[in-house]
Amino acid sequence: MASPRPTRRDDTRRVGAGRLRGVAQRGAFLAVLIALGALLLRNIDQNLAERGLSLSFDFLARPAGFEIAIKAINFTPRETYAAAALVGIANTLLVSALAIVTATIVGFAAGAMLLSSNPILARSTQGFTELIRNTPQLLQILFVYTVILRALPSTRDSLSIAGWVFLNVRGLFIPAILADPAAMPRFGIDTSEAAWICLAALLVWAFLPLPRRWKMPVAGGLLIALAGLIGLMLQSGALRIETPTLRGFNFRGGVQVAPELVSLWIGLAVYASAFIADMVRGAVLAVPKGQGEAAAALGLSPFQALRLVKIPLALRILVPPLVSQYLNILKSSTLGLAIAYPEVMAVVAGTTLNQTGHAIETMLIVMLFFVGTNLAVSFLINLYNRHVIMRGTA
Amino acid sequence: MKLKSISGPLAFAGVAVAALAAANTAQAQATLAQIKQRGAMNCGVDTGLAGFAFKDDKGAWRGLDVDYCRAIAAAVLKDPEKVNYVPLTTKLRFTALKAGDVDVLIRDSTLTFTRGTQLGLSLAGVNFYAGQGFMVKASLGAKKVTDLDGATICTLAGATLELNIADYNRARNVKITPLLFDKADEAFSALEAGRCDGYTDDTGSLAGARSSMKKPGDWVVLGEVISKEPLGLLTRKGDDQWTDIVTWVRNALITAEELDITQANVEKLAKESDNPEVRRVLGIEGDFGKMLGLDNDWALVALKTSGNFGEIYERHFGAKALGLERGVNRLWNQGGLVYSYPFR
Repeated sequence: MASPRPTRRDDTRRVGAGRLRGVAQRGAFLAVLIALGALLLRNIDQNLAERGLSLSFDFLARPAGFEIAIKAINFTPRETYAAAALVGIANTLLVSALAIVTATIVGFAAGAMLLSSNPILARSTQGFTELIRNTPQLLQILFVYTVILRALPSTRDSLSIAGWVFLNVRGLFIPAILADPAAMPRFGIDTSEAAWICLAALLVWAFLPLPRRWKMPVAGGLLIALAGLIGLMLQSGALRIETPTLRGFNFRGGVQVAPELVSLWIGLAVYASAFIADMVRGAVLAVPKGQGEAAAALGLSPFQALRLVKIPLALRILVPPLVSQYLNILKSSTLGLAIAYPEVMAVVAGTTLNQTGHAIETMLIVMLFFVGTNLAVSFLINLYNRHVIMRGTA
Repeated sequence: MKLKSISGPLAFAGVAVAALAAANTAQAQATLAQIKQRGAMNCGVDTGLAGFAFKDDKGAWRGLDVDYCRAIAAAVLKDPEKVNYVPLTTKLRFTALKAGDVDVLIRDSTLTFTRGTQLGLSLAGVNFYAGQGFMVKASLGAKKVTDLDGATICTLAGATLELNIADYNRARNVKITPLLFDKADEAFSALEAGRCDGYTDDTGSLAGARSSMKKPGDWVVLGEVISKEPLGLLTRKGDDQWTDIVTWVRNALITAEELDITQANVEKLAKESDNPEVRRVLGIEGDFGKMLGLDNDWALVALKTSGNFGEIYERHFGAKALGLERGVNRLWNQGGLVYSYPFR
């Protein structure tokens, strides 16, 4: 609602009246909203009470009792519904993060190809984006899943790399690194803590403007220390590498990358990348022509001109729609239910709802998660957007 | 000008309040009266499961659960066709019943403690005794469920199936991992591709699942079951009269089989039988129909529609249909569990 804006010509009395009217309007609207909300809550409460039910989140502390087939964090059926919800959240965040990174890389690459002066490259990429944008995403995910399942061999005919890595229809099995805190060698502080400190120092090193002659020796020293610490942990048994082995029906030990995760990841990333490609193309075309010509005049190659001049300028146009694509990926991850990927919707608004019957509560949890995460993502990217906009001329 | 700008939102609020208040009173009306006023019963059924509820090639609903919808509609409205079938997913079924979208839920749903006490539902009676069984590749050579230790089993989300597997894992110290699909088609496709070692569902549904595999001969259904799944009829809590009607239609279908009342002979028995229980069930003697708030010929009309329980079972699971042994679904006096309270 746009409030009436007092202009210079208004005398004080009129300004006051206009403001008062604005306040009254907004106040009335707000009161109506609150009244409606209260009425809705009262109705829910009354209807629930009539059936001997009440709104309560107590069930979250009860043991879940169900197993989750694919989990980004550890979980056993003896843990609570709250822990199960966290597994669902972690699964959603994992697949969304993977898809967002992949979609960005593929989307920018495809966007550059759309702009290519090579007609074969540009046209074939356009064919790809049109195909992806004009078919339902659920169909694409199911298609990827079916293709992956058909292409991979059975557990007994697994493809294997040196007995360490296995690939079959149940997924990709890679060795796991297990830590045993009890066996951790100490010298003042834990070896593992020392290793983390080395890693953190390396990260700081990457961003710190150290004098050039210091840079390499510092990095070398940190790397040698880190290698020594890891060697110490391996030798003492505090760190152990567990290789997957075929026992009975399935591989046990190691880390399993399930085909459901990969299918959903590809499905989400490819779909979003087609949209991102078109947005990149549009944003670059919107950069004033003179900028490209100036870049060419300076002797930059077409690719250099794109990377150094046009894309940085195009980012200003690109970032807001890019955010909505990222949010779409997060929301579309709920399609994972179709291919048995246990994301937050399936775990909380699916299994948990079915077992406890708390429909309103579980839906609220899922909604809060999505609203919260989406707002956080928007906020972070808006910070970045401001940073991009500040640079260059407006 | 000032008044006008405020009156807009206020009018909107008034309409909204009135709408909400109206929605509230509609819910309070008794289910039986609502059905009569509507002229049709809303029956929640499965979205499509051989044996229980599915649409045939002519688009008509068929199945054991559907026959129960028809029998109840016949008892209440004297016309088995006056049913609105509402196909519901496992996830939505109880919410739809609680919200009043359906009057009765007959959707191969297991009657359990939580559903009867926590979800605001009444368990109106069992119409099929199932157990959770497993269908596995014959080549695996598994004979009993413990042989499946370490196996991945495809199944459907939103049912008691995964909870039973979790309980079984804990009780027997085995690890069977369920992979949960939203729809049976995707679960079957993953199963055929070898993503899972087997499929689990109620015994009644497994018979249908095996028949839809590309090579049914490659699959075996293990004899052992890991749970009891009394599938039944559910109503909303708080309307005892309506729950009584649903319960007693179910009982009438079973009592009719005990008394050899069939779809074919029900009219004749109504005229000729001297058996007092037959006469009470069919409403020739006593006022049982009136006591339920219906006409006295309620059970007679229901039986004319669907036949007795044995006939309904034969029609959908018998040798000419899915070929599932009647087993525990025989009458109590023939070695089964099917039992009705007496009409007295």
